[in-house]
Amino acid sequence: MDISVLETLQKARADRLAVAVVTDIASGAQEVVAQRYADEHALADALENGFRFDKSGVVSTDTAEFFIHIHNPALRLVIVGAVHIAQAIVPMAKAAGYDITVIDPRGAFATEDRFPGVALHADWPDEVLPEIGLDARTGFLALTHDPKVDDPALVAALQSDCFYIGALGSRRTQTARTERLKQAGVEPSRICGPVGLDIGARGAPEIAIAIMAEMTKALRLGLDT
Amino acid sequence: MSSNDANLLNTANSWVREGRKVALATVIETWGSAPQPVGSQLVIDGDGNFEGSVSGGCVEGAVVTEAQDAIETGKGKVLAFGVADETAWEVGLACGGKIRVYVEPVTGA
Repeated sequence: MDISVLETLQKARADRLAVAVVTDIASGAQEVVAQRYADEHALADALENGFRFDKSGVVSTDTAEFFIHIHNPALRLVIVGAVHIAQAIVPMAKAAGYDITVIDPRGAFATEDRFPGVALHADWPDEVLPEIGLDARTGFLALTHDPKVDDPALVAALQSDCFYIGALGSRRTQTARTERLKQAGVEPSRICGPVGLDIGARGAPEIAIAIMAEMTKALRLGLDT
Repeated sequence: MSSNDANLLNTANSWVREGRKVALATVIETWGSAPQPVGSQLVIDGDGNFEGSVSGGCVEGAVVTEAQDAIETGKGKVLAFGVADETAWEVGLACGGKIRVYVEPVTGA
């Protein structure tokens, strides 16, 4: 690999651009293909498939064998609510490779002491979310319990391509929230709530495990399976 | 691609900048219960230091040796590991899977 390929990959990651490295295994020749130009490439089908399913692999043509290494943008987790459960989720999500953003208009919650090394926004989510941009590689959690904060954020998430939307709250809270969101004109059925896989979680760390498990399932298998 | 992969790219780049000779090893195919998915990488330097993983520890030693060879020759090569392989008894995958690993030097620095 030429050092320039390495640098291109680093830049693509910083810019959240999906690219693939195509290697001719016999000769070692390599090229970087951006997702938006994949349809013009000789290996278009394999490339587009790889980007869609985040799957790298070997493809063979009549004359050569190529390795397609997909570099999709990093997974991202946006959490609304700098609460105790969020503190439990952050280290797990980091370990699973997520870049994390925490948003809470309450400055006393969204502090560097409570969330070291996390991108923090002590602002209203509906002000911050447009500039962050929720894409198909982003999971979203609303954890404040406060409709004033959670609802506008959930509206934004429901209108985006994010792959997972979870909202904290009991069945009763969830039912009331579903009604409010319908009245606000959005279809709330994508929201996972009560949030997390049902593993009988007790306390913040176990709830965090349940949420991470559900989000992982949404990413890898889809929630219908 | 996870942030761990990104860290590896950063590691590879910073090692190159420090003047170290560097190779990359990438899992390109797996069969059966291989522990690391396709695309997993190992960064290796000329002294045998490495970061990352291609197998969860089973074959890293052999990959590191081959990577140092690739640094010497400047050429990439494909390695295959698995229970069907003659070398499996020495550097096999205890999980019973098979993997192919592409090893290449980082050039042009």
